[in-house]
Amino acid sequence: MPTVSMTVNGKSVSGDVSANTLLVDFLRETLGMTGTHVGCDTSQCGACVVHVEGKAAKSCTRLAVQCEGAAVTTIEGLASGGDLHPMQEAFRDNHGLQCGFCTPGMIMAGVDLANRRGNKLDEDTIRNELDGNICRCTGYHNIVKAIAAGAAAMDK
Amino acid sequence: MTETGIGAPVRRTEDKRFITGKGRYTDDINVPHQTYASFVLSPHAHATINGIDTKAAEAAPGIVAVFTGKDVAEAGIGGLICGWMIHNKDGSEMASGAHPALANDKVRYVGDHVAMVIGETLEQARAGAELIEVDYGVLDANVETGKAKDKSAPQIHDAAPGNAVYEWAIGDEAAVDAAFEAADHVTSLDIVNNRLVPNAMEPRAAIGDFDAGTGDFTLHTTSQNPHVARLILSAFIGLAPENKLRVIAPDVGGGFGSKIFVYAEETLCVWAAGKIERPIKWTSSRADAFLNDAHGRDHETRAELALDKNGKMLGLRVKTVANLGAYLSTFSSSVPTYLYATLLSGQYNLPAIFCEVDAVYTNTAPVDAYRGAGRPEACYVIERIVETAARELNLDPVELRRRNFVAEFPHETPVIMTYDIGDFGASLDKALDLADYDGFGKRKAASEANGKLRGIGFSTYIEACGIAPSAAVGSLGAGVGLWESAEIRVNPTGNVEVLTGSHSHGQGHETTFAQFTADRLGIPMDQVSIVHGDTDKVQFGMGTYGSRSGAVGMSAMSNAIDKVIAKATKLAAHLMEASEGDIVFENGSFSVKGTDKSLAFGEVSLAAYVAHNMPEGMEPGLKEGAFFDPANFTFPAGCHICEVEIDPETGTTEIANWVAVDDFGTIINPMIVEGQVHGGIAQGVGQALVEGAVYDKESGQLLTGSFMDYCMPRADNLPSFKLGFTETVCPSNPVGVKGCGEAGAIASPAAVMNAVTDALGVKDVPMPASPATVWQAIQSSTKQAAE
Ligand code: FES
Ligand code: FES
Repeated sequence: MPTVSMTVNGKSVSGDVSANTLLVDFLRETLGMTGTHVGCDTSQCGACVVHVEGKAAKSCTRLAVQCEGAAVTTIEGLASGGDLHPMQEAFRDNHGLQCGFCTPGMIMAGVDLANRRGNKLDEDTIRNELDGNICRCTGYHNIVKAIAAGAAAMDK
Repeated sequence: MTETGIGAPVRRTEDKRFITGKGRYTDDINVPHQTYASFVLSPHAHATINGIDTKAAEAAPGIVAVFTGKDVAEAGIGGLICGWMIHNKDGSEMASGAHPALANDKVRYVGDHVAMVIGETLEQARAGAELIEVDYGVLDANVETGKAKDKSAPQIHDAAPGNAVYEWAIGDEAAVDAAFEAADHVTSLDIVNNRLVPNAMEPRAAIGDFDAGTGDFTLHTTSQNPHVARLILSAFIGLAPENKLRVIAPDVGGGFGSKIFVYAEETLCVWAAGKIERPIKWTSSRADAFLNDAHGRDHETRAELALDKNGKMLGLRVKTVANLGAYLSTFSSSVPTYLYATLLSGQYNLPAIFCEVDAVYTNTAPVDAYRGAGRPEACYVIERIVETAARELNLDPVELRRRNFVAEFPHETPVIMTYDIGDFGASLDKALDLADYDGFGKRKAASEANGKLRGIGFSTYIEACGIAPSAAVGSLGAGVGLWESAEIRVNPTGNVEVLTGSHSHGQGHETTFAQFTADRLGIPMDQVSIVHGDTDKVQFGMGTYGSRSGAVGMSAMSNAIDKVIAKATKLAAHLMEASEGDIVFENGSFSVKGTDKSLAFGEVSLAAYVAHNMPEGMEPGLKEGAFFDPANFTFPAGCHICEVEIDPETGTTEIANWVAVDDFGTIINPMIVEGQVHGGIAQGVGQALVEGAVYDKESGQLLTGSFMDYCMPRADNLPSFKLGFTETVCPSNPVGVKGCGEAGAIASPAAVMNAVTDALGVKDVPMPASPATVWQAIQSSTKQAAE
């Protein structure tokens, strides 16, 4: 069994994995960090989105061993201390979640979107860029609002 | 209204854990010493099982146990049940084939459960499942709804000759015949309500556990109604007495109906945990969810509407074939009957209605309630045919509707519903205003100038929810009552736990219920906790579906709160040496009229628990419960207007504008209610434009078995929505609410398809109106025009 080491939310971690262990299973099963979710088996839904080296990645589509030495951020690592990340705050403030299952992936994708496309995001940009994240509850209306507000707040 | 009072858009309490990754869904839970289950699923739609060889699997590394249908049958475990008896037109009972948790001698759809393999690890369980050899005798598959009863169609259950589950009817056939005789105009329409896969984002999961010391079973499961699940597992399937079975539904990631039902997997996890005396965990893959979660809709309908020359509706005749799949799921039989045909009167004064429904077995996944359950199908029939009739009569569809609106309440329809209250004109007016109906002509011209086709479609919907009076549903065949319970537990220090039989899987109950209770008791919202989803903590309850948690669940709370206030008022009077009639309870404090004497809610609760000074005969403590059984269904209604723009070159439909005006009665938290409407519309638009489950007609394979093949609505398929509300307070419950969870999904498909057919100038386009389908429709209508 290979051992893999990486930094997750600023902490060094390591564990024994199989060669075919997915990053999401390493996070959920080995590390017990269950904030990252699995909603499909075809890399379509985005419930599993985390950041690897600061960029959004579907953790169901990456092997744990591919992330050897990488810095990974999950939903659990987004808030700093007691303060919510502005994107988390925006989801709450705009009712951007209902059952919460897609939410970690949506928030991580939203932060990534702001990082890539700037803090002033229009509705079309958000809707197009959100192609890799499925939500069954919200109809996206409030997610779009939340990401626009969160991105704007990240500027401050 | 205070910042957190009834009517305020209070931010949700539960969000904190969900946005920080601290939600606790079933798959997040691990039990010490747990094993993992993997199921062998049938790769065939229809086959006999001639033999199962489990030897190689049993010998594989890490395999703890293997079970087949024979083991389940020998253990005397009952089959999965359908809890609603429907009677045929001739009065006989519906036909119902057995549904063993593991198939015995035959498999009946792709995904039918054949064996359960339990391993020390998930990988080992899966590897073991691969080693099971099943000898199948493949039979022809019977897949198509409209052909299921053909003489040549393969027979699926011995108990259901001709694959007929029931042939049911409602309404007055003779009156409808007479109406059609007298009609000046008849509009007819053949429409299909496409089959959908619910796809809650959290896949189903279960952990069965058994304590060999006490003989107690525990099931963690993704359920919308843990008590109902326990009742079924206990009383009907026979796993354990209710007092020895605890069912916990923790955070649940969406349900939409699909998590109401009791499925094979959780049944087997509980049963087998008792066999191996270890916990067993199972989590569905999305692929298995496509195959096995109960699907929705799947109707083929012919409808005819009789009108006089002034556009007055005289009668409606409907004949529907409903596909219930290979087995009857928990409430499947009620969906195309009492949840469907009883809503065919829509918002209209329709003097006569007759509806026949033939339910059929096919070699497809079971079909049961999916958001709206029957009511979206009814709305689709009536709203599509009304719009079609208006076009045929050259009347504005708005005008035709207005001429026929029910305007006096209560109103008895010819299909056993009594609408208690509403104002259909008000929601229509407000929607027309928000949609700028007057400006539509200009917008259409502008689209045309750009080479695009623009259409507008209406859906003035009504639905029955807040289900429902227990005696009424009992008389219609329901195996259970549909009341709800609540317990208000005031602690000595004055904070409160609300125990509710409703279950939240996205609806925000922890906020709405706390907001309501805090407002009624005059205490801060953070002093109220909502307890739900655990049969060991909460008294019996019926769970969440049919938009019932507000109308029924919160009404139970309201009644229990009344009892708490009544007792506390008595005690406060005693403590302040005043007469009870002089006590005023306001803003969380009991005061004596005309004096400056008062006691805070927390002081009275403390006195109740210290119990040093109680009125004669009063028991200590402050805790009250209530069971609320509604007097009627509730009738949310409103108007959705959809405007589409279609690119004739590509057949792509874009939703240019969406307006929804709903009357949900009293609204506790408008932010949450709007969210429910958004989500419902998205599911309805999904049905209309992109979603559709397709089985191969020959092999019965599910062709749309993943998110790659089954198109889920994504952010760029949808617009932002314009919402408005009108309010007629519901007279059938003490809170005045009607329910809001399903309205969007009920109203929206008809609005979209009315708009699409308006844009194209055709009578019907099948759902989903994908670019290919729309393009085809354009080609054939241009061809027709040319001929
Ligand atoms: S779990 Fe669906 S994309 Fe990763
Ligand atoms: S909030 Fe439930 S799936 Fe998005």
